[in-house]
Amino acid sequence: MFSHSGAGKVARRTFLGALAAGGGIAAAQQMPNAQEPLAARLPRAMSLPGGADLAYGQPSPHESAVQRSVSHVSGFAGWRTPLQHQRGIITPSGLHFAVHHNGMPDIDPDRHELRLHGLVDKPLRFDVARLMRYPMVSRVHFLECAGNSAANALSPTALDQTLGEIAGEVSCSEWTGVPLAHLLHEAGLKDSAQWVVAEGADGGSHSRSLPLKALLEHGMVALFQNGERLRPSQGYPMRLFMPGWEGNVNIKWLHRLEVTDAPAYTKDESGMYTQVLADGRIERFAFHMDVKSVITHPSGRQTMPEPHGFYEIGGLAWSGYGRIARVDVSVDGGRTWAAAQLHGPVLDRAFTRFSLPWKWTGRRADLMSRATDEHGRTQPLRSEWKRRYAMHSFNHYNAVQAWRVQADGRVENVYA
Amino acid sequence: MRDGRCCKIGPAARACLRLGVPIAMLVGLLGYGATIWAQGTSPPAPAPATASVGLGLPLSPAEAERYAITIFPDGRNLPPGRGSVEQGMRLYAMHCAACHGAQGIEGPASRLVGSDGFIAWNDLLRPLRVRKYPLQVLSVGAMWPYATTLFDYVRRGMPMHAPKSLTDEEVYAVTAHLLHRNGLVPAHAVMDRESLPQVVMPGRDRTVSAWALDR
Repeated sequence: MFSHSGAGKVARRTFLGALAAGGGIAAAQQMPNAQEPLAARLPRAMSLPGGADLAYGQPSPHESAVQRSVSHVSGFAGWRTPLQHQRGIITPSGLHFAVHHNGMPDIDPDRHELRLHGLVDKPLRFDVARLMRYPMVSRVHFLECAGNSAANALSPTALDQTLGEIAGEVSCSEWTGVPLAHLLHEAGLKDSAQWVVAEGADGGSHSRSLPLKALLEHGMVALFQNGERLRPSQGYPMRLFMPGWEGNVNIKWLHRLEVTDAPAYTKDESGMYTQVLADGRIERFAFHMDVKSVITHPSGRQTMPEPHGFYEIGGLAWSGYGRIARVDVSVDGGRTWAAAQLHGPVLDRAFTRFSLPWKWTGRRADLMSRATDEHGRTQPLRSEWKRRYAMHSFNHYNAVQAWRVQADGRVENVYA
Repeated sequence: MRDGRCCKIGPAARACLRLGVPIAMLVGLLGYGATIWAQGTSPPAPAPATASVGLGLPLSPAEAERYAITIFPDGRNLPPGRGSVEQGMRLYAMHCAACHGAQGIEGPASRLVGSDGFIAWNDLLRPLRVRKYPLQVLSVGAMWPYATTLFDYVRRGMPMHAPKSLTDEEVYAVTAHLLHRNGLVPAHAVMDRESLPQVVMPGRDRTVSAWALDR
């Protein structure tokens, strides 16, 4: 529906378009002819035996442009989901975002163990084979990096980027694993137990402190994503999963849980994953990702294929506190709003798809979406968000995203 | 539109309806998670002690100690050893400066020294560096609340290309050097398990927790 920037893709589309048009003309000129086989007037693929399938299927080669975009910032890598291509609430596992602070470790599952110790009656260890025998649960949840959309928070001018480049550090999957409560109760919690320091088996031994009560209620040791074992990029063979909480606490390659009476103030809860408030104080342990939405089509760096006419405005909304209750869409920069249709299933702390039919007049239009969750939490405007935090704070940015559709059909990121 | 709400009966509950009370009790026990996690229900009550599956193997104290590398703000778990600001200066030049810069402010890796923010009166080139490396708006020296975290993270994660390659004494020395660079300890300071937790970081009194720490 929308063409994307990138010379290779445009060139290929033009090429395929020309082929199809040529075929159409040829077919129109054919008269039914009893002397000619049927194959002569039908597409070539219909007259050939099909090719072999693969043992592990892959996307169509015609979709090879749908890739994560990567950036390397201060020594660590961020791989972002191309949300502008996603229609539906499940992100394909290979397109799920990842932020790696010290690369991906190569872990042999037969030698990997989860160790549980600290303020417990019986310190325990679980190898992968034993964990696989525990009762498991499945839940569909988004996962979002605390720093998603950081460029919109930090940059004084709106960067001309795609949706995936701006806000692709969020994805949604079905996660299956063992509720942490099973393991914590098996070890037996001492009265003084309040926090759990979770650690990964990567080079940087990534570590975060999490409140025990919340882990007992919602925590999961995830072993499967979208029906298959976790990808290495998502923490194979196991990761911690806390629905609705900032990505950084969902420890990948989980190998150790230390039950304690206080947080450890690990590296990431000391600086990078904190927020500086407008008065200079530093907010720590803000775990929940707030309500947020993005219009996926049309979106940044796309081009409207025709100068006016019918378009479906569509997008994704989510909240770390619960279900999405409504999404309002504006096509005039926020002066008027219309309720978008929510497409089920509307799940707790998961992507929810929304859409609104729109007849574009061909004049410049500023498109915005504003989500509200079941608790009445709603997205702020960028100016409102900026007032809460210091100028250089960028985590937990959930302000309304605006796209400007120019009269020539180009779509650009703008601040509203 | 709100299809998610109609599916409240978990597999365990459905099995209960089919198979009767004795099996239902068994399934209820093992399927505890499935029932409480059925998406769309409200948060469950705490798990009963009887839900224990019991497949965990004992973890020996020695093995727990071998892996327990977390250092706490009160100094708990700091190892023996000591290191000076001066020793740390040499180690910093050798292992750290290539990524963090000679002064700890140049990037591309995280800024270690000075205030946070876009500008600073004693760091006039910062806006140019921030333009190149946006995360230089943050600063370890200004934001981290406890000096113990410097030791913890340098020991577990640095240098990035060879994490965990420094000895505990070398980590104490690098920590001492970084604290001195931030004007928090004098040039002759020596850091060890006694002195390190006593260093007061400016980030401590700026801290506000979004999660009630005692809830």
